Amino acid sequence: MSDTEIKYRMAKTGKLMIEILPDKCDFCGCCVGVCPEDAIELKEAEIFIIDPRCTNCAKCVWSCPIEVIKFNKNGVEI
Amino acid sequence: MTQIKQKIADKMKQEYDIIVVGAGPAGSMAARFAAEQGVSVLMLEKDRDVGYPVRCGEAISKAGVEEFIPSDDKWIAARISKFSFNAPDGTEVIIEFGDAGYVLERRIFDYELARTAAEAGAEILTRAYVNGLLFDSDGKVSGVKYEFNGEQKELKAKIVIAADGVESRVGRWAGLKTHIDFRDMESAVQITAANIPVDQNTLYFYFGKDVAPNGYFWIFPKGHNKANIGLGVSGIIGKKKSAQSFLDDFMNKHYPNAPVLTKIAGGVPCSITLEKISAPGIMLVGDAARQVNPLSGGGIASGMIGGSIAGRIAGEAIKMNKLEHILTYDKAWHDRLGKRHEIFNRIKEGIYNFSDEKFNSIAHSILKIPVEKRTLGKVFTTALMNNPSLLVDIAKVFVI
Repeated sequence: MSDTEIKYRMAKTGKLMIEILPDKCDFCGCCVGVCPEDAIELKEAEIFIIDPRCTNCAKCVWSCPIEVIKFNKNGVEI
Repeated sequence: MTQIKQKIADKMKQEYDIIVVGAGPAGSMAARFAAEQGVSVLMLEKDRDVGYPVRCGEAISKAGVEEFIPSDDKWIAARISKFSFNAPDGTEVIIEFGDAGYVLERRIFDYELARTAAEAGAEILTRAYVNGLLFDSDGKVSGVKYEFNGEQKELKAKIVIAADGVESRVGRWAGLKTHIDFRDMESAVQITAANIPVDQNTLYFYFGKDVAPNGYFWIFPKGHNKANIGLGVSGIIGKKKSAQSFLDDFMNKHYPNAPVLTKIAGGVPCSITLEKISAPGIMLVGDAARQVNPLSGGGIASGMIGGSIAGRIAGEAIKMNKLEHILTYDKAWHDRLGKRHEIFNRIKEGIYNFSDEKFNSIAHSILKIPVEKRTLGKVFTTALMNNPSLLVDIAKVFVI
């Protein structure tokens, strides 16, 4: 597949580069607490990024105690 | 089950004087102290259980507990009479207390706190996920939007008390600045393990760049050689190495075969309290208000205190029919603990910069004090003598 056919999720600042691996998440809320944009939704056992609010600042990546949030500079595919 | 839940929801009032979001210790105390004044209170909890999962080291002082609930063996996992501080070079400093504190069984303890709120007259609804706020035409918070049983609902309230923990989104929706600097967030991971043969009356703390830079590593006994073992590291460290990775290293080195009963992640906001913890129609308590003791990372006792103050003031505001009364909460909290947390935070920032050598030399000087004369105050003074710049910082706080 050529690069032009890949569809990426779009953050506020361009391609979304933050990826949460929900299967590995413990839903502790660290990332939500440090997110300056209120761009993470967290329920009892459900978590996702609110794409249009995210600025790819990566503070959530650094504050995750168990490494389930990744920074993917190539962008996150839909 | 769903039908029962639906019936509960149908029986609920259309409007409450006070809605508390979150049923941890701070939320339960807010609900209780408000309900005790005869106003209508509803506490909403997003999880199916009050008190679970437990994202906490579970240590607390006896005085911190007994201000709110009489000690009860059913939620005391271990009774603490000693602290063991361990320097990077292995030097152990033991400080003995009398009957100092407990390691709790939080899943029972939180239930009991919620019970006291219920006995005071508060209603409780679990699995109710608050996802927005209602506002008056003049911008005052006037209720919550929430999801329950897969349905989106709304409930009006004169005052909303946000006890939604480290995430603290409810306050944000009300326009308060609640997000915490990633450097002040202690990202933590903890296991409860069996077959950890440590003294069952001692809290163990480990310092140094190898175990928990900019934070500390803990082993808190829970009786029968079970223990909470974990650490917190600042986001500034997490950039390079995660809390999980530090924990794995420690366990591989010291307890490679310990059976793990629980593993949990969590965040401890170690900062001063938010600049504003109340606004028209809303008050913030506990971790959501950043009321954790920033030096120790302990937040149960301080959260209960914050919750009780907020609940009392909210109840008074309703009874006086003077909602702006809730804005006195900021000062009441600051006078009771907020001010002290500012001092603790300065000390924390001093300790953050300690090198391993500094920790070692402090431990060596403290060892010269005989055990029977080793009070926390003496230990602290000794630490200060080793680090005069920290002393200046603290003196400044007292002088200002």
